[in-house]
Amino acid sequence: MALAATTRIDNAAPAAKRPPAIEIEAVGKVYQSSGGAVSALGSVTLDVRKGEFVSLLGPSGCGKTTLLRIVADLEHPTSGRVHLHGRALDGLGFVFQRDVLLNWRTIIDNVLLPIEFKNKKVRAYRERARELLGTFGLQGFENKRPWELSGGMRQRAAICRALIDDPELLLMDEPFGALDAMTRDQLNVELQSLWRNSSKTALFVTHSISEAVFLSDRVVVISDKPGRIVEVLDIDFPRPRSLDIRDEAEFGRLSRHLRGVLERYGAFRRA
Amino acid sequence: MSWTGKMRTGKIRIPAEIWTLAALLVLWQSAVSIFKVPEILVPPLNVVVREIVTHADFYLEQSLHTLSNTLAAFALSVLFGVGLAIAIVHSRFLERTLYTVLVTLNNVPKIALAPLFVIWLGTGNASKIAMGVMISIFAIVIDAVLGLRSLPPDVIDLGRAMRGSGLKMLLKLRLPNALPSIIAGMKVAMSLSLVGAIVGEFVAAQNGLGFVILSAQGMFRTDRVFAAILILALIGTALFYLMELLERILIPWHESRRSIAPPALVVAAAPPLQSGSA
Repeated sequence: MALAATTRIDNAAPAAKRPPAIEIEAVGKVYQSSGGAVSALGSVTLDVRKGEFVSLLGPSGCGKTTLLRIVADLEHPTSGRVHLHGRALDGLGFVFQRDVLLNWRTIIDNVLLPIEFKNKKVRAYRERARELLGTFGLQGFENKRPWELSGGMRQRAAICRALIDDPELLLMDEPFGALDAMTRDQLNVELQSLWRNSSKTALFVTHSISEAVFLSDRVVVISDKPGRIVEVLDIDFPRPRSLDIRDEAEFGRLSRHLRGVLERYGAFRRA
Repeated sequence: MSWTGKMRTGKIRIPAEIWTLAALLVLWQSAVSIFKVPEILVPPLNVVVREIVTHADFYLEQSLHTLSNTLAAFALSVLFGVGLAIAIVHSRFLERTLYTVLVTLNNVPKIALAPLFVIWLGTGNASKIAMGVMISIFAIVIDAVLGLRSLPPDVIDLGRAMRGSGLKMLLKLRLPNALPSIIAGMKVAMSLSLVGAIVGEFVAAQNGLGFVILSAQGMFRTDRVFAAILILALIGTALFYLMELLERILIPWHESRRSIAPPALVVAAAPPLQSGSA
């Protein structure tokens, strides 16, 4: 395949041989509520290798978002621990379900917000912010306000904000969940090419089977109450992947398999 | 076409306000002459205007006196009010103690405290400014606390994910988010500062428009009383529009100030009080 010419060296190494970027060791989370203790996460153990794209797939409320938030240190685990390699939490970009753009800032100033938070020189990053917005088709919108943009454009800007400080880890919490299907497809393609052209490790939470299969090197299926890993599926489609692979028999087979796993763990109500 | 209609009403809006006020003044002048109201009860408009014009220097001096006390009280209220609100929002202890004290104090009729300020601070400007602060600061504190507290949970998450200091969180997220609330409080505080300054001048003073009203009343110079009231109305209105202007400059991004209709998605995302999503 022509793939090898564009793939960088450490991506060329088999995924299993690459050094780990995220080590999740027996992480559990119990919430105390008025009705007593609720176990959101059982004991989850997972290694994500450097440069890998891993999706956490599961029904809503299964604790996959909780797991992502624990990795980002937005929540503390009740048991177990998470170890991040490299720049650790400093090298982390987070994309939320909602774009969370600030209305009092222009688009480019929203993108530059993490730089201000980290006390770095904003002026040195302005050109990078402009380039990032450009790669996501937002050139000319730098000085617009968030409410002047469509939902898809807003989420693109939010992704630029997560990428501005060149993070090693990109954590995404159902970032395209609120978008229409066509915008979602397009953003999946854009996200894939961005990830391929950088050396980022991605942890992606979704409840869309086809999104998970399309984007991932590995899909981790999580069941609910409490959240546990019930299946880890390798996705071996060559990259770059076009949206057409969704019509291939293998894509259908993997999707059906994942749906079967989710069904077995009660994600769907049987008709 | 609907857009031309909108533009036309936009043009009419400002004259409409002036027209209403002008009509009110005409009504005053004509009612006094038609019903032959004694000048000692309600002097006609032309007499009041003549009084102002012939003693223009005197009224200017008194107005500036009242105005400077009002603005000083307003500035102190904003400074201390926002400061107190930040402290209250950041400290559970202060929330339980200071906020409780403030709310209790707010329920005391503050005008009743004016004589105390004269005892403590004398009959000079200090007691008037203190009165203005006392009356207006609560509006700022209460609105600022509300605004500072209503940071949406996902914005808090955003700040935490960027791993900034508490100061960054306050300056870059919490304060800008609270600005519309704080400005709403400032609008109320501005008019209350003027009330405070006048009350202070009523209690003990040798100058200012409040003093003019009180001494003119003693001499039954109703024209002077009306002259001072008319000027106060002008000052109050000017200060109100000053605040409107400030709002336009400081929060052009706020929903109420947007020139274009926001997409439906943004409206749905706008309410500050939203429960976090799982």
